[in-house]
Amino acid sequence: MTRFVLYRVAQSLFVVVGVVLLTFVIVRLVPGDPAVGYAGSRATPGQLAAAREKLGLDGSVFTQLQHYIADLLNGDLGVSIHTRQTVVADLTHFVPASIELVLFAMVIAVPVGFAIGRFAARHHGKAADIVMRIMTVLAVSFPAFWLGLILQTTFASTLGWFPIAGEYTSSLDGTSPLHVWTNLTLVDAAITGNGPVFLSTLQHLVLPGLVVAAYPVGAIAQLTRAGLTEELGQDHIRTVRALGFSSREVIGRFAMRPVLSPILTLIALVFAYSLVNAFIVESIFNWPGVGRYTTEAIQSLDTPAIAGVTLVVAIIYVLINLVVDIAQAFIDPRVRVQ
Amino acid sequence: MTVSPPLTSRIPSWINPSRLMPRDVLSVVFIVVLGILVLAALFAPWLTPYPADANGATHPLQSLHAPSAQHWFGTDGVGRDILTRVVFGARTSLIVVIAVLLFSIVFGTLTGVIAGYAGGVVRDVIMRITDIFLAFPALLLALALALVLPRGIPTLIICVAITWWPWYTRLAASVAASISRRGYVDSARTLGVSAQRIVLRHVLPNSLTPVIVQASLDAGGIILVVATLSYLGLGVSEPTPEWGLMVQQGQALITTNWWVVTFPALAILITAFSFNMLGEGLRVSLDPKKAGR
Repeated sequence: MTRFVLYRVAQSLFVVVGVVLLTFVIVRLVPGDPAVGYAGSRATPGQLAAAREKLGLDGSVFTQLQHYIADLLNGDLGVSIHTRQTVVADLTHFVPASIELVLFAMVIAVPVGFAIGRFAARHHGKAADIVMRIMTVLAVSFPAFWLGLILQTTFASTLGWFPIAGEYTSSLDGTSPLHVWTNLTLVDAAITGNGPVFLSTLQHLVLPGLVVAAYPVGAIAQLTRAGLTEELGQDHIRTVRALGFSSREVIGRFAMRPVLSPILTLIALVFAYSLVNAFIVESIFNWPGVGRYTTEAIQSLDTPAIAGVTLVVAIIYVLINLVVDIAQAFIDPRVRVQ
Repeated sequence: MTVSPPLTSRIPSWINPSRLMPRDVLSVVFIVVLGILVLAALFAPWLTPYPADANGATHPLQSLHAPSAQHWFGTDGVGRDILTRVVFGARTSLIVVIAVLLFSIVFGTLTGVIAGYAGGVVRDVIMRITDIFLAFPALLLALALALVLPRGIPTLIICVAITWWPWYTRLAASVAASISRRGYVDSARTLGVSAQRIVLRHVLPNSLTPVIVQASLDAGGIILVVATLSYLGLGVSEPTPEWGLMVQQGQALITTNWWVVTFPALAILITAFSFNMLGEGLRVSLDPKKAGR
């Protein structure tokens, strides 16, 4: 077990080094001069040189790489061109909002996807199963930006059931100001007992949360259905049925266990996928997360910001995978042997 | 009178049409839908009413006409026929999908088979490299690359392909590894059959079925990534017709002129949905575990 964990950790470290190199290469490919973007097109040569130094663009490729890695080790991701703040400061502000949105979506998606998959498997081959199959494939095929636009125009603009965009009603900053602890607005509002902000944030989360949840619901339902259908066809399940267990018990006590482990892996993968999917949803609903930050960075060719986001999301992804693999090894001894 | 053996026995099992043909009626429906899409894309200049609208022609006087007999899908902000641009947009999407899959399948299968068959250090090096590329969610790496490369179809292909090939390497490697341990491959090796021949005759054909299923499932995902990149302004540039770009340009008009967004968005949804349903159907009907049922 210890050997497996050490091996997986070493492997992840190797991947992180690769990710750092790849990000560096991408940033180096930038056409045009990011220093001009930072200092402005009418900057003097002296100002340009200063901007170049500030952005780490002076010296040979090798010295730049050295600086890049040294800065990374010091927790320095450079300065964003469009916000003029350090990328680290920007990210600590924007990443929690994105995680809040994706977590909210997953809280909806995991039980719903699971229930749909289970329902479809119980009615395998019947009309209900086919309808569910079509619905789940539809959910994973829907372009997130279109679903976002549809929900926004229908439920916010036309019906007025939910707010159109934003994180919470801004006038609340005057009446019940929020004390920031974790940058997760819902959590901050809850622990400081700020009811109005909590409710308002919840209302603002519903529409973008549903859009982000669409893909995970479909993916989780499909895997649950496929796994359960296969499991229910096995001989030992037939034996269990013959022993007189109810249909509910057959699934809950016997057929579900082997299906849970791949679903756990899928949830981790889908979480990372949704984090990037949320990028588009955030810009539509003006949710102050890393996606809105990225889309703004795209408009201004803000390479330090893009590189920072790419690096951080990739590292989050590697960490999630590492944790899931180690958890799997604890649950399922077969994983350890490989 | 000689009785000819049944057709299927003369065809190697991996291209046996009865195994490849999905028994699922739904799959056939989606093959037809995708077939129509491919034909429409191929013959777009002859099928569409205003082919010039796909190449930069504008008609400001016909701006934002609602769907009618002249313009079935209406016209956009600069008076271009949306039906024409949606059909031409199929070309953009399909070219990217085909190029990405071709590259991923060829490069991925090649590296995967080498990794799986060779094993040892070769396998470790190849697999660790795929790990690095798989550490990026596909859209994110594509987004970062699209930002630094010049706009256009080649860039779209490069950005998506670079995030896609590792899946095929992994798939092919696992199939190749399991096949190279089989008894008959061992026998072939003992009989002095060259490694090259074993790979070509046994390992590659057996890797094909899972690769086909994966390709069909992936095509839907690629359609969505391409549309998303274009929607973010990182794909093709005007006047090239692209569905994601058309949605982005029309989104401000969604409440007043619904058709500008709806038709290109529907095209994305229907294409991605058809590929996904087809992949799903193929996965079930080509599953060796169910071959006997």
